[in-house]
Amino acid sequence: MAIAPIVPGLDEMIVDDRERGVFRVKRTAMTSDEVWALERDRIFDHCWLYVGHGSEIDQPGDYVRRQVAGRPLVLIRGRDGTVRVLYNSCTHRGARVCRQDAGNARSFQCFYHAWTFNTEGELVGVPDRDGYAEGVDLKALALRSVPRLASYRDFWFAAFDPDIEPLRDYLAGATEYIDLVVDQARDGMRILPGTHKYSCNANWKLMVENSVDGYHGAPLHHTYFAFLTSRGDDDGAKALRSDEARAYDLGNGHAVVDYPAPFPRAIARWHPIFGEEARDEIAEIRADLERRHGPERAYRMAETCRNLLIYPNLLLLDVAGLTIRSVWPVRPDYMELSGWALAPREEGPTRLQRRLEGFNLFLGPGGLATPDDIEALEACQEGFAATSEDYSDISRGMHRDAVTLDELQMRAFWREWQSNLLGAGHAAHDEGRRTQPVAG
Amino acid sequence: MQGSVIAPSNDATVLLRRLEVEDFLFHEAELLDRWRLEQWLALFTADCRYVVPATDLPDGDPRVTLGLVDDDLTRLRGRVERLNSAKAYREFPWSRTRRLVTNVRVSGAADELRVTAAFAIYRYRKGDEQVLVGSYDYRLIATIEGLRIREKRSTLAAEALRPHGTVSIIL
Repeated sequence: MAIAPIVPGLDEMIVDDRERGVFRVKRTAMTSDEVWALERDRIFDHCWLYVGHGSEIDQPGDYVRRQVAGRPLVLIRGRDGTVRVLYNSCTHRGARVCRQDAGNARSFQCFYHAWTFNTEGELVGVPDRDGYAEGVDLKALALRSVPRLASYRDFWFAAFDPDIEPLRDYLAGATEYIDLVVDQARDGMRILPGTHKYSCNANWKLMVENSVDGYHGAPLHHTYFAFLTSRGDDDGAKALRSDEARAYDLGNGHAVVDYPAPFPRAIARWHPIFGEEARDEIAEIRADLERRHGPERAYRMAETCRNLLIYPNLLLLDVAGLTIRSVWPVRPDYMELSGWALAPREEGPTRLQRRLEGFNLFLGPGGLATPDDIEALEACQEGFAATSEDYSDISRGMHRDAVTLDELQMRAFWREWQSNLLGAGHAAHDEGRRTQPVAG
Repeated sequence: MQGSVIAPSNDATVLLRRLEVEDFLFHEAELLDRWRLEQWLALFTADCRYVVPATDLPDGDPRVTLGLVDDDLTRLRGRVERLNSAKAYREFPWSRTRRLVTNVRVSGAADELRVTAAFAIYRYRKGDEQVLVGSYDYRLIATIEGLRIREKRSTLAAEALRPHGTVSIIL
């Protein structure tokens, strides 16, 4: 392993004063090249990282290309039926052998010298094989695989650390919330075609914070809520303030905000923008959820939302739409974002259209809300140029059981972040830890 | 790019129609560049659709696949109200834009014209220049008040909104 650069003052980058209820993060965490180098070594090389969803590779030979922590990878279901994550780099001279973003392959032939690999990664074709001495072990020159690969509910994760803990242990309390999303579907979830591929000129951690930040909802997204209100809803932003709106530390850096839905939901909260004709069908979906999961769990699925952070950079947002968002740092002040829409496999065109209309209104780089999030994060990054020696304040709600408008969920991330960077493994996570899943 | 390639024409009626359509598109572009969004919205029919497909799925059907924008008139009005508000922070203050609309081709019957065109939108804000390039597919209808937009589909040529970040203006 490369020797990590020493970052002076790393242990003082976070102020975590439980007695006074003060939590602050030094802004160099968002601007420093040294911090970014350390994040690569100590976070992204030692965490489970989301690669893709099983539904993207339903058939043997199906593949999608993914860039994960800067590495070009191929998520593929081999012709033998096994899912693998291969390094997209020819074992001969290194060229990328998979040249399309997605497809179905019988094999990958490198276009440089025509070495050919099957869908299991094995080297099966070498032109002019006689040119190699017996000592060259061509069998050993299969495409390399990621050291560790595992899935939870068809979400596939890779890790570059061979000694990492099992995925299930890593996910800790996040599994309850993944289940709550995936179980909404009768026949399993699938990723819809079409990807939001966008970017933001800000540090990646600002998007992680923003994606679980309830406090910004009302002020920043005024125009979105104004649209819903003008179309006959109650005051959506009010739901964020209800007693039911909570925030939890789920362990290992994962966190969630869990709150009554302030927006329309395809599962299964009717809203005037869906139209009267949708009322009956949405009531039926709700009844089906109750049959399958009981009234309490069905209520959570239909009437509440959750923004789930899976540390370090994956968000599962079960909000106005249902989206998977991955956040990839490229430089300290620039990140790339990908967003996918998840939907139950059983949804037909009418339900899908309703789902997507709700999704598009709020989410994504062309929606009524996400562009303002991007603007806000860039405004922060611009402000850091003047104040990088200052601290950002993340103290909200430290004196009470955290609500959605508090900042416990960000503290959960930051505590894990600092512990990882200091080489100390998982943080203690002893504030606001969710220990008892809701019954049902 | 959707649809088939349109053959060139030497028919004066066809060419005149293209001039009429071009004038309409230039007018539309001017309204957008001047942020006269209410006037722009009035160019749409009651059953209209304004669509921006995902960059990795340019031919996607927005009803069943994820796109960037899929507005009916209600949502389009919401978008205009938002952009006219001081609380649409990505566009307040408004960016400066200049739309170049070119390569206009017209086909279809008189009751519904099919129009394709190329666009390059230069957007300036916060010291940055962004160029959004792509193609338009319109369905236009003739009314007594002039041409009206039943569908506008703005397909970006870019492979991703990087480094643009967002589509905060109307394409």
